[in-house]
Amino acid sequence: MSSNTTSGDASCHSNDATTSPHYLHTHDHHHHDAKTANLQELIIEGAGCASCVGKIESALNAVPGVEKAEMNFAMRTVSVAGTAPADALVNAVEKAGYNAKIATAEHEDDALAEKEQADWAYYKRLMRDMTIALSVGVPLMIYGIVGGAMTVNTTGERLAWLAVGLLTFAVMVIAGKHFYIGAWQSFKNHSANMDTLIALGTGTAWLYSMVVVAAPQLVPEMARHVYFEATAMIIGLIDLGLALELKARGRTSEAIKRLIGLQAKTARVIRDDKELDVAIEQVLMDDIVRVRPGEKIPVDGEVIDGHTAIDESMLTGEPMPVEKAEGDAVAAGTINKTGSIRFKATRVGKDTALAQIINMVKRAQNSKPPIGRLADVISAYFVPVIMIIAITSALAWLNFGPDPALAFAIVSATTVLIIACPCALGLATPMSVMVGVGKAAEAGVLIRNGEALQTASKISAMILDKTGTITLGAPKVTDILIASEEDESTVLKLAASLESGSEHPLALAIVETARERGIESSKVANFSAIAGHGVQADVDGKTLLFGNEKLMRERNIDLGEFVEKAQNLAIEAKTPMYFAVNNRLSAIIAVADPIKDDSIAAIKRLQQNGIRVVMLTGDNRATAKAVAAKAGISEFFAEVLPEDKSKKVQELQMEGEVVGMTGDGINDAPALAIANVGFAIGTGTDVAIESADITLMRGSLHGLADAIAVSKATLRNIKQNLFGAFVYNAAGVPFAAGVLYPFFGVLLSPVVAGAAMAFSSLTVVTNANRLRLFKAQEH
Amino acid sequence: MLLINIVGIVLIALIVWWFWLYKPKEAELGENDLIITVENGTYSPARIKVPAGKAIDIKFMRKDPTPCSETLLIPELSISETLPLNKLKSITLPALQAGEYAFHCQMQMYRGQIMVGN
Ligand SMILES: [Cu+2]
Repeated sequence: MSSNTTSGDASCHSNDATTSPHYLHTHDHHHHDAKTANLQELIIEGAGCASCVGKIESALNAVPGVEKAEMNFAMRTVSVAGTAPADALVNAVEKAGYNAKIATAEHEDDALAEKEQADWAYYKRLMRDMTIALSVGVPLMIYGIVGGAMTVNTTGERLAWLAVGLLTFAVMVIAGKHFYIGAWQSFKNHSANMDTLIALGTGTAWLYSMVVVAAPQLVPEMARHVYFEATAMIIGLIDLGLALELKARGRTSEAIKRLIGLQAKTARVIRDDKELDVAIEQVLMDDIVRVRPGEKIPVDGEVIDGHTAIDESMLTGEPMPVEKAEGDAVAAGTINKTGSIRFKATRVGKDTALAQIINMVKRAQNSKPPIGRLADVISAYFVPVIMIIAITSALAWLNFGPDPALAFAIVSATTVLIIACPCALGLATPMSVMVGVGKAAEAGVLIRNGEALQTASKISAMILDKTGTITLGAPKVTDILIASEEDESTVLKLAASLESGSEHPLALAIVETARERGIESSKVANFSAIAGHGVQADVDGKTLLFGNEKLMRERNIDLGEFVEKAQNLAIEAKTPMYFAVNNRLSAIIAVADPIKDDSIAAIKRLQQNGIRVVMLTGDNRATAKAVAAKAGISEFFAEVLPEDKSKKVQELQMEGEVVGMTGDGINDAPALAIANVGFAIGTGTDVAIESADITLMRGSLHGLADAIAVSKATLRNIKQNLFGAFVYNAAGVPFAAGVLYPFFGVLLSPVVAGAAMAFSSLTVVTNANRLRLFKAQEH
Repeated sequence: MLLINIVGIVLIALIVWWFWLYKPKEAELGENDLIITVENGTYSPARIKVPAGKAIDIKFMRKDPTPCSETLLIPELSISETLPLNKLKSITLPALQAGEYAFHCQMQMYRGQIMVGN
C-alpha cells in the first residue's frame, strides 16, 4: 500500500480496521476503478467444441449477480461482468461439465517486483528516520566527547537540557515510534521482542535523564548526568542497521529471483489453426505451442515437429545445448537456440518442472537444519531473560557499585537491554540456508530441506549405483572385430535384423547403432531364442547365430584366436558377443555401458574429500570389477539384487558411516530412503523432485561433489554466524552489565551497545552473502 | 535500599508471570474466517483455536514492512510461506491432531500458537 511510504505511519493503524471483515475492500488500492473490479476472467478447461460456448455462457448468465458472460473460444476464457462471487462462477461452470479457474494476473515476478518496491519504501523510511535521529544524536555525542558538561547543576543547564530532552523526545516520536508501538503491542500479547528491548533501553535512558532535568534533587549530585545522546544515537544506529540489513537480505534471494525470471510470461499456442499469444497461465494441457529460435520454452512439453538445440543450463547446470527432435521432452524455462519447433504441452502452470523446482527451493530455503534449533530455543526465551538480567545488573550496581551507583545502574541496564537483541541469533541459520540452497540450485542441485543440507556435509561413505549413475545406463556398441569377408555394415545390418525383435538391452544397443548409421534391417525368418545363450534366425537367405562362446562351441564353430580377443574385451568391461553366418564366425560385436565422461573425475573429487566411495551393481563380478577399476573405485559389491541394495546401505551404516546413496531414483528408492542422504539422478526435465533428499538435475556425478561442497560451505557459514551472533549476544551481555569494571574501570556505553546491536544482524546477513561467492571446485 | 531490591525482585517475578506463566485467551476460528494481522512485531490474535482432524484455511494479513515478518513458519507442519505486504494470504493447515503448534517469523521475533482441540 502506497500510503506507508509517504506518511511513515504504517505502524499505527488503529486496530478496528483489522478485525473488520471488510478491511480488504476498503483498503485494497489495487482495484482503483469499478470497471475492473466488476470484471472477472475465468479460464475454462475441457471446452473442446464451439457448441460449448453457449452452454458455458448460459450457465454463467444464470448465476445471480452476473450481468454478462462472454466467452472467447479461441482463448478458452470467459469474461464475466457483474457482482457475482468468483466461486459461484466456478461452480456454475463445473455444473455445466467443464473445469474453470479464476485467471489471476499475479505472476510470481510481479509479486517479487511488488515486494522489492515495498522493501525500497521501507528502506527509504528507515534511512530518513536514521538521518533525523543521528542529526540530533551525533552533535550531542561530539559535545560530550570534546568535554562538554553532560551534568545538570545550574538552572541554565536545566533549561538547556530540558530543550535537548524535548528534542530527543521528538526524535523518539518521529524516528523511533515503530519501536515503542511494537513493544507495546507485543507486551499486550504477552510476548517480547527486539522492539521491547530497544524501547525499554532508550526509554530508560530518556526517562532517567528527564528526571535529572526535572527534579535533580531526587538524584545524588554525582549521578546528575543526562543520556539523551544515547537515546537518539541508539534509535539512529538501529534504524541504520535495519536499513542495511534489508539491503543485504535482498541479495540473499538472488537465486530464487533468477529461477522465477526464467519463466516466460506469454506463449504462442495454436488453437483452431490460428496462432495466439496468450498469457502463460492460460496455456492448457495438450495445447500445441510454437517456439522460435531465441525464445524461452513456456511450459513443459513433447516436441511434435521441428528440430533444434536447447540450452538447459539454467535448469541443469549442464553448459552444452541439447539436441531436440520429435518425441523429445522440453522443459519450461529453457532457451530454444537454433530451430523452430512445435510441441504439445504436457505440464502447465504449477506442474511444470520449473514451477516445482521454484516451489521446492523456496520451501527448502525457509527450512532449518537441526543446527539452527538450539538458536531457536534460545531466541524464544531470550528477551524476557535479558529483561531479568538487566534488572539484576541494575540491582547489583545499586547494592555494591561505587558512586554514582544510580548512574552506573541505569547505564548498565540500558546497555544490557540494547546489546542483547536476539535478531542476529535468529537470522544466523536461515540466512545461510537461503544462500546455500540457492547456490546449489544454480549448480543444478536441488536440496529438499535444511536437514538434508546439514547431513550431506557429514557424509563419510558414498554408494554409487553403477548403471545409470557411473555409467550412461544405455549400452552402446564399442567394437566390431571382423572375422570373415563381410564388411562392418553388412555385419551390422544382419545383426540388427536378427536382434530387432529382441527387448534385451544389449540387442537394443546393436539395433540403435545400426539405426544411427542409417542401416536398414531386413526381414527375419525362423527366429528362435536359445535361453541363456543367444538367438538364431534366417535373414536374407543366410542362417545367423548370435550369442556367447558356449553357443558357438555347441555348434562347433571355429573361434580360433578370437577367444583371446574376446577375453581382452571382457577385461575392458565390455560384453563380447559372437556372430556367425552360415556356421562360420563372422565377427565379435562388443557392447558396453560406457562410463560417463566425467564420472572418473567426479569420483576422484569425492575421494579427495575423504569420502569412501563404494560401487553397487547387479552385474557380474568381472564386469563390476572392470568398471570399478576404470572408475577408480576400489570397493564394490557385484551381483546385488535390487531388493538387497538397502541392505548394503545398512551394512555401511553399521560400520559407523554416514551414508550417501546415489541412484537413478526408481528401483533404488528403498536404498535412497534408508541412506542418510539419498541422491537421485534426474536428467533435466523428468525429475522425481519429491522422492530424494537431494536431486541432481544433470546426469553428471560432479553434481554430487558440488552438493557436498555446497553443504559443507553452508554449514561452515552457519557456524560462523552462530558464533558471531553468540559473541554479540551472550558474550556482549556480561560486558554490558559491567564485568570489566572491577578490573579495568570501564563500563560499555549504551551507544556502543546500540552500534553493536545494529550491526550484529548486518554482520550475519553479510557473512551469509559471502556464500554467494562460493564456487564448487572447477570441473 | 531494601525497598529498591524488593521492587526489583517483584519486577522480575512480574516478567516471569506475564511472559511465561500467563496464558492469554485464544481466538476461535468461527464461521467468519479468522484473519491474523501481522503488525508491529506481533501476530494478532497470536493464539488461535482450531478444530482437530479437519483441514482448514487460516488467513494472514501482513501490514508490517519489516523483512523478518515476511516469512511465516510453522516448523512442525513444515509450512513456510511468504506473506505479501498488505494483501491477504491464505494458508491451508492439514487435518491436525489435537495439540499445540507454534508459528513464528524467520527470526522468531513474532510468535504465535495454534491450539488444535476437539
Ligand atoms: Cu533486532
